[in-house]
Amino acid sequence: MSTPQPHPGAPARTREQVADLHFMDARYKLLDLAAFLDRLDRASGGEDHRVRGLRAALPLLLEKDEGRVARILTLWSDPSIAPIEKADTKAASGVWPGLK
Amino acid sequence: MRYIEPHGHMVSRTTDDYQAMVLAGCAAICEPAFWAGFDRKSADGFYDYFCQLTQHEPKRAAKYGLPHYSWLCINPKESEDMALAADVLALVPEFLKAPTVLGIGEIGLNKNTRNEMKVLEQHIALAVQYDQMILVHTPHLEDKRKGTRLIMDCLKANGVVKPERVIIDHVEEHTIHEVLDQGFWAGITLYPESKATPVRAIDMIESVSAQRVWLNSACDWGHSDPLSVPKAAQEMRRRGHSATAIDNLVYGNPVKFLSQNSRFKAPAAQA
Repeated sequence: MSTPQPHPGAPARTREQVADLHFMDARYKLLDLAAFLDRLDRASGGEDHRVRGLRAALPLLLEKDEGRVARILTLWSDPSIAPIEKADTKAASGVWPGLK
Repeated sequence: MRYIEPHGHMVSRTTDDYQAMVLAGCAAICEPAFWAGFDRKSADGFYDYFCQLTQHEPKRAAKYGLPHYSWLCINPKESEDMALAADVLALVPEFLKAPTVLGIGEIGLNKNTRNEMKVLEQHIALAVQYDQMILVHTPHLEDKRKGTRLIMDCLKANGVVKPERVIIDHVEEHTIHEVLDQGFWAGITLYPESKATPVRAIDMIESVSAQRVWLNSACDWGHSDPLSVPKAAQEMRRRGHSATAIDNLVYGNPVKFLSQNSRFKAPAAQA
């Protein structure tokens, strides 16, 4: 576990206090994710790019350093830098389709 | 508690929402022009929408004692049609004279296309020509990081726009630091699923200097919550933030940014 880093705007708190506030919230969300993966297993067809992206992000949860949310969002982001010629949809899917 | 809702699409909300927001402490609301969920076929549709934003919605809000302001533009989702965008942009200057219009917004990008970029440049030029502040919409989900960078490059390339008069909205953990580092204001939009939740928003607030950040619900016709700003304030309270820190974030910061336009009157000063 990494050494706690002071943040400019955060009141001091212990990890136990954080768990007291947010553990149950994180617990049900993890179970919901597990249930989603189980639901996928029970369904037919291939895996689409969004689920591939989700699975690719799971190891990032276990990294030791803070910044996991930003790293996951970056993993799912379009890495190109130039504007595209034309869009074939208005909507975003949540994961860059080119993610391997 | 008092707060400003600096980005709420109230044309999509019911009078019950107005009532709930006022009861929760909302002291003023700002409404940028946005996508209606379908593409309008002509500039006439935008003319009516701008009338709604500048004439009808302020009256509806006033029934709840709520000052209502607006921002005008053609949104990025309809900017692919360059001819339509030109017609709508030609309407905007007339409406900028309305006493509750605060600037140009929410402009930006959706899918990061060349046409969207051209219309963004035209909006920025319009804002400069009429000395208007700018409210920026950044793309959704996987398009956000790239689009945020393209938008900031576009704003800087103009050479005249002052970053402190621009708020770049819908930032998340992977974009907030770049936005603040370049001198812009950053908006964190609180959505139940996409963008940021109140809990994540306060995590971000605790990791940056929050002097140029506001929170907004962007409450619209989709899955959204018009009370998400006071819910984020409640999350701060649960974590032990002071009443002053909460007030600075949900009231003081939006007042500071918006007061760069003299048309915006801080609600406390109106009492």
